[in-house]
Amino acid sequence: MSEEPTVVRRQVKITNALGLHLRPADKFVKLAMQFQSEIRVHYNGNVFNGKSILGLTTLAAECGTCLELEASGADAAEAIEALTELVRAQFYEDEYGSGSGEIQSAGPLP
Amino acid sequence: MKLRDCSVHATDVVDRRSSASPRKNQVACNTQWNSGMRPATTSKSESVQPLRKDVQASTGPLSSDSSMEILKGIAVSSGIAIGPVVVFDQKGLKLPALSSTPFDSAFELDRLDRSLEAARIEANQAEAEARSRLGSQYADILMAHASIISDPALRRESRDRIERRQLSAEHAVNEVLESYIARLEKLADPHLAARAADVRDIRDRILFKLFSEEPRLSAVDLKEPALILAHDLAPSEAARLDPKSVPGFATEVGGGSSHTAIVAAALEIPAVVGLGRFLDRARGCRMAIIDGDEGLVILDPDPATQERYRRAARERSARFEVLAGQSDLPAVTPDGTRVELLGNIEFSAEVEACLSRGATGVGLYRTEFLFLNAQTPPTEDEQFSAYTAVVESMKGRPVTIRTLDLGADKLAAFRDAGYLEANPVLGLRSLRLSLREPDLFRTQLWAILRASVRGDVRIMFPLVSNLTELRQAKAELDDVIAELKAQGIPIRENLPVGIMVEVPAAALMADHLAKEVDFFSIGTNDLIQYTLAVDRTNETVAELYSAADPSVLRLITHVIRAAKERGIEVSVCGTMGGDPLYTLLLLGLGIRNLSMPPHQLPEIKRVIRGIPLETAQRVAEEALALDSPQAIISLLQETLRTALPDATPTKASTEPC
Repeated sequence: MSEEPTVVRRQVKITNALGLHLRPADKFVKLAMQFQSEIRVHYNGNVFNGKSILGLTTLAAECGTCLELEASGADAAEAIEALTELVRAQFYEDEYGSGSGEIQSAGPLP
Repeated sequence: MKLRDCSVHATDVVDRRSSASPRKNQVACNTQWNSGMRPATTSKSESVQPLRKDVQASTGPLSSDSSMEILKGIAVSSGIAIGPVVVFDQKGLKLPALSSTPFDSAFELDRLDRSLEAARIEANQAEAEARSRLGSQYADILMAHASIISDPALRRESRDRIERRQLSAEHAVNEVLESYIARLEKLADPHLAARAADVRDIRDRILFKLFSEEPRLSAVDLKEPALILAHDLAPSEAARLDPKSVPGFATEVGGGSSHTAIVAAALEIPAVVGLGRFLDRARGCRMAIIDGDEGLVILDPDPATQERYRRAARERSARFEVLAGQSDLPAVTPDGTRVELLGNIEFSAEVEACLSRGATGVGLYRTEFLFLNAQTPPTEDEQFSAYTAVVESMKGRPVTIRTLDLGADKLAAFRDAGYLEANPVLGLRSLRLSLREPDLFRTQLWAILRASVRGDVRIMFPLVSNLTELRQAKAELDDVIAELKAQGIPIRENLPVGIMVEVPAAALMADHLAKEVDFFSIGTNDLIQYTLAVDRTNETVAELYSAADPSVLRLITHVIRAAKERGIEVSVCGTMGGDPLYTLLLLGLGIRNLSMPPHQLPEIKRVIRGIPLETAQRVAEEALALDSPQAIISLLQETLRTALPDATPTKASTEPC
């Protein structure tokens, strides 16, 4: 069963105020993980693994950044569709992250 | 790289004392030791009355120096230590040296996976807790932490470093995450750059998992001798402490029966455990006193308190020297009754302490330490050489080797799936475990039997609770003896076989048990705990735990009588045996063999040489007629005070047996 892997690419723009920070990156990775396809994020000539939160966090996509999403695999089209929708919806966060903005430190809890 | 939050605070004592405003005179890392204090190892087993009175007299602020703070914990190893402190908090992390030889990549890969899994579970728990207590925006951050920990890239890149560059799991994880941290810190966007702190937190979380399975302290090198104040110390960590550089330690958790406590007593490092949370306060303190007799830790003691303790410590040293000088004298009462004083040991190195303090043998050789410090159960050969080392250095004196006295939880560490017991003290432990794990048990019996021809070896089964268990254990022993004989391996003929009497059921059945063994050894610690239904490690009920409880004395009396009727030897090897307060009582009840940590031998010998058997017998008889531990303790204290005005009854180290 050698099915030719489909490759789908799409440009997206990060529009939430704080950029692709930790929580959005987590949501992105969790969504990407649901697909069999490999997910790559192209930015500034670099390629990042779309299923690695460490990679996406260091990608430094501020508000206004344009990224190219690439999926390759049987469910590439669905993956790109879903991920694009997540980015477009500003990762379902409000303007300043959720609530009072991003938590600066998540050290040990009391 | 500096991960360890370890701060040394020291102050010049002279400066403090002469200053009206001591805090301003702090001299960082200027350690001054009173010359009489340094050999903390030689100032043992004597408690100092004046200190006790002073402490009890004042429960409020103890002096005009408001910075002084007195904390009460559980005394587990007697002695006094004074000095600057080193605080190890929960994140007391420091990477071990790079050259961890021999390198075992499969082992490191396994450690990596286990630490990642443990850290992820912890982050998930923190997330769940945060979600209910702090709201979702906090929880989401922690959820992202868990995602980072399970990021396949982290695992892949770490594995790659372990496999290709032979890095330990710690170094691999650290390097991978440091590279991400460095990239994040370079980002222009301050919001994103701040994520470096998250990754750092995650790195510490994973490293802590790796460290907590290994001795953290092995990596520590103290520039100056210092008291260690920690949340907890693993037995293996405590075992690596050098009394010269760590004259004392104190921990937030832990109880008198912990193996850490035994190790402290063995190393003769004054120690107090179970202090509750105090590290936050201790972090700012410059020096401390650890009073291992009273279970006190005094932070930033005022000059008067320091002086009192220093004087006491000097007196202890002097007194101990005098006692040690008498180690060659026989332990004989003034009216001519001889008592055998033996040592309790864990390591072969302690044989030296036994001999120098005049022990006539090893009454209890705890073998579980061979297992506690190991990644895998020790092989038969490893056990054989450990036992042989002890037996041969005792040069023909009796050595009673106790078979494995481990809980199932300890054994689980060697395996993937552990037993989970709701109540391990009443569970699968000790001899029960040995009988359930014949391979483990037989391996140990092989090693003991092979060592048996090297000296006067005796074998002892712990925690026997009924005759069936004893018979099963003896059957295993007979099988192994037959195997050895079939292979022509020499063993000691008629190897004496005994049991620990430490379960009330065994004490009550002692008359029957006595028919089938060569000796009894009363393990008072467990016997008390099981008789009184008191967990001696639980601070909230610890005061109910008393060796002087009349019920305990009745059981002991019963065991002694059963032994006498069958003509077998009976000894006491629990903490009670090493406490001067109980020496005359046990003597009076008919005990002629006492086994204890070697450092307690000189004091006990002094009591024996000072009190006639007749007095001991009269007091024992009186004590048996009393109905409360308080009344019995008063009687014993009064007798001891009269007979030996300068004797020092200790509540001392509660040493598990």
